[in-house]
Amino acid sequence: MSSVWEYANPRRFMATSGALLPWVSGLAALVLVGGLVWGFFFTPNDFRQGSTVKIIYIHVPAAIMATSAWFMMLVTSLIWVIRRHHVSALAAKAAAPIGMVFTLIGLFTGAVWGQPMWGTWWEWDPRLTSFLILFLFYLGYMALWEAVENPDAAADLTSVLCLVGTVFAVISRYAILFWNQGLHQGASLSMDAEENVADVFAYPLWTCIGGFFLLFLALVLYRTRTEIKARRLKALIAQEQMA
Amino acid sequence: MIGLLKRDLALALRAGGGFGLSLAFFLIFTALVPFGIGPESGRLAEIAAGLLWLGALLACLLSLDRIFQLDWEDGTLDLIATSPLPLEAASALKALAHWLTTGLPLVAAAPILGLLLNLPAAGFPWLIASLALGTPALSAIGTFGAALTVGIKRGGLLLSLLVLPLYVPTLIFGALTATRGAQGLDAATPLILTAGITLGACAILPFAAASALRVNLR
Repeated sequence: MSSVWEYANPRRFMATSGALLPWVSGLAALVLVGGLVWGFFFTPNDFRQGSTVKIIYIHVPAAIMATSAWFMMLVTSLIWVIRRHHVSALAAKAAAPIGMVFTLIGLFTGAVWGQPMWGTWWEWDPRLTSFLILFLFYLGYMALWEAVENPDAAADLTSVLCLVGTVFAVISRYAILFWNQGLHQGASLSMDAEENVADVFAYPLWTCIGGFFLLFLALVLYRTRTEIKARRLKALIAQEQMA
Repeated sequence: MIGLLKRDLALALRAGGGFGLSLAFFLIFTALVPFGIGPESGRLAEIAAGLLWLGALLACLLSLDRIFQLDWEDGTLDLIATSPLPLEAASALKALAHWLTTGLPLVAAAPILGLLLNLPAAGFPWLIASLALGTPALSAIGTFGAALTVGIKRGGLLLSLLVLPLYVPTLIFGALTATRGAQGLDAATPLILTAGITLGACAILPFAAASALRVNLR
């Protein structure tokens, strides 16, 4: 096994990801469908929440992946800033819309869940509000990618924005805690807490989280490949015009 | 260094638009509030502190794209970048000049507008203190946003989209200070946190702004 940095070579990345993509996609579909079917049809209804509890199998994984996607963008942006690997910057660009959609799914399923449970679609609660801000960060990040014409400058600027945005996202998270105490329950999954969801819900939930993770991986690989192809196309067109 | 600061201040004072505009916006914003939510003084008193913070934030936002745009257009920014002064220091000075020409007048005007909105007497010192300690963070964050978007045509709207999420913590702590102060509660903790955010922003963001400027000047 050689250095992981060899995958920074676009050709190497394309070859490996092309071979990997069908497997990852297939596995993602398998785990996701399996986890969702298990969760929706083979778990009992919660004694207080009834069948609405089943939104958890979409809501929690989407929320986890929304923050994980931003974290992945942070890491790839750092790699771009430090080592100037183009694939890394393009992976960050490719991940942003996926993360935004996950955030939106989290917000939407949360609203649908909150309506029967709390009697309201929206509450200015720390978790909800910080997620809305995360959504705005995704929008700004994507808008900046689109606005800057030079691709390298765009990668640099969005990387700086991602780093600064992360710092402020973390501060916002804690600032909001001061500002308002909320309705949203605490963490429902952890290794040691006593307030975990019951095992009968937890196993399909973990399966769904795995499925969402694989889905994210497949989509990022797919979109990164598209970005690389688009850039090659642009280079070819530029070559044509020069000739 | 002093020369650059003096030049920016003189430009803001003489060139019109920058200096008076955000102050006028702040005044109009405050005057529009009673039309929007009704003129009952009890209700106004309840929300005055938060509204004044929001108005100050929007007024500050309005003037952000002037920080670098004019210097970018006439080439002054290239001269600044090639001068012996580090670009980090230049960004910090730009933020300082922006604060002196927009933030400081807003702080000075806030008590009068507080009277208009029927802010309780106990709230005035907290409002002034929170604005005085919080608006430098708005200028520093805004300078970073302006540096990111300096090369983009009509970047003003994008600038707002980028900067507003970054303004959230400052707004929360600043408005919390003013609101708690107006209710007669102790507001020292959020005031200290506001000051902390300002110090952090002033320490870190000039570097981020300078690196964004270097990319845009490349």
